[in-house]
Amino acid sequence: MQTILSSATRKVVIGPDEPFCVIGERINPTGRSKFSEQLRAGDLSRIEVDVAQQVDGGATMLDVNMGVPLTDEARLLASAVTMVQGLTDLPLVIDSSVVEALDAALSVYQGKALVNSVTGEQDRLDAILPLVQRHGAAVIALPNEEDEIPDDPRKRLEITRKIIDVATGRYDIPLADIVIDPLAMPVGADTSLVRKTLETIWLIREEFGVNQVVGASNVSFGMPARAALGAAFLPMAMHCGLTAAIMDARTPSLVESVRAADLLLGNDAWGGRWIAAYRAKQR
Amino acid sequence: MSDPSTPQEILRALYDETLVGNAPRVLELTRTGLDSGMTPESMLFEALIPSLEEVGARFERGDFFVPEMLIAGRAMSGALDVLRPLLADTGADSVGTFLMGTVKGDVHDIGKNLVNIMLEGAGFHVIDLGVQVAPEKFVAAIEEHRPDVVGFSAFLTTTMPMFKANINALTKAGLRDQVIVMVGGAPVTQEYADAVGADGYAADASAAVKRAKELIQRRRSAMTV
Repeated sequence: MQTILSSATRKVVIGPDEPFCVIGERINPTGRSKFSEQLRAGDLSRIEVDVAQQVDGGATMLDVNMGVPLTDEARLLASAVTMVQGLTDLPLVIDSSVVEALDAALSVYQGKALVNSVTGEQDRLDAILPLVQRHGAAVIALPNEEDEIPDDPRKRLEITRKIIDVATGRYDIPLADIVIDPLAMPVGADTSLVRKTLETIWLIREEFGVNQVVGASNVSFGMPARAALGAAFLPMAMHCGLTAAIMDARTPSLVESVRAADLLLGNDAWGGRWIAAYRAKQR
Repeated sequence: MSDPSTPQEILRALYDETLVGNAPRVLELTRTGLDSGMTPESMLFEALIPSLEEVGARFERGDFFVPEMLIAGRAMSGALDVLRPLLADTGADSVGTFLMGTVKGDVHDIGKNLVNIMLEGAGFHVIDLGVQVAPEKFVAAIEEHRPDVVGFSAFLTTTMPMFKANINALTKAGLRDQVIVMVGGAPVTQEYADAVGADGYAADASAAVKRAKELIQRRRSAMTV
């Protein structure tokens, strides 16, 4: 299954036989009080630095989230998307839970974007999927509902099935344009949860063969030496069927672990990219 | 090392073992303390709560990590299970009932759970509705439990607007004046809490406990006037 995203001039393919899709997480005000203040004051300049650092770090796509409380998120997100598209040709993930903000951003977006995200509740599906369809975008879907994130991988599989049925059946969205986020939970809160995430990834791949993405930084939340945890988690998840991650693209060891796994799992013919990256660093 | 036997030694050991999250040892020490005639209050207020406060302070500084907070909380909960009925016996008032939940659309619960632990430690009766709690579920639980305070937790800027939705639901159900509303979570600010019409906000778990106590105190004294 190939999910194809694009900007005006560049195409990115997410798929099991493609290099892993590294989606830079940084353009997001959550937990960044100074950045939040700047955005609230209408100052988007910091985004330039965030874009440059993530592009340098090797991101293949960039997530853009403008969830600043007490602002007009629709306007802010549309401005940010336009600005980022002026700075880089990487395709974007448009990240909001506000339907109007997604609509505004998708309206100005050049190319085919990935929408982050929709969950399994009927009202969310009915609000967001028509937008995805109308703008010809792809969408990240999370298998959680009203009351819970089910721990049980089989339960997550069932919600995934429901979302896929609604998206492909009622809204005519191609299966290839649905990317499932099987939910990566913090290992610090419960050390049995990452195994369950890995199992879920495996089951969803076996059952549907769709592309899958996680917010990888969530795994190491509240723990020391986060990059090392991410660098262990991502290759394991890739082996199970993960094809993309919204992650820290500015930490070389993390991006390197992903590229190493690409090679080890047979997605880097003759180690060409691995060797080229090594040479580039030598210079 | 000899077993602690004087009240001072027992308090010290309780403090130290809670700090490192040694639940079996904390439980044992609690029982030893009770057997030797110590009051539940002294163990709670002179060892367990100060220890948990120290855990919180270390976490804020980045010296402690999430699992360490959680095991310390669990050790304290074990002791509380033994002490709680005895605290009730001595006629010590429950500080208040606190209904807690992470808002709809949000599944983060670590911060909320830490606040719960601190509240319990401070003598609150805590009812936790879990994560992804819809406004109508908060309303139903408030009608059922009649808490002093309801706490809305959100970890995402994208789910913070649920504070307002929840408060609107309380108003519509005629419950807004009957309960103190507190909000919190990583991206939440005092300014945002004010904007959505919450009664209280706190930046971290121990501040939340203080703020909840203040607000309850203020409300109770307003009612007796």
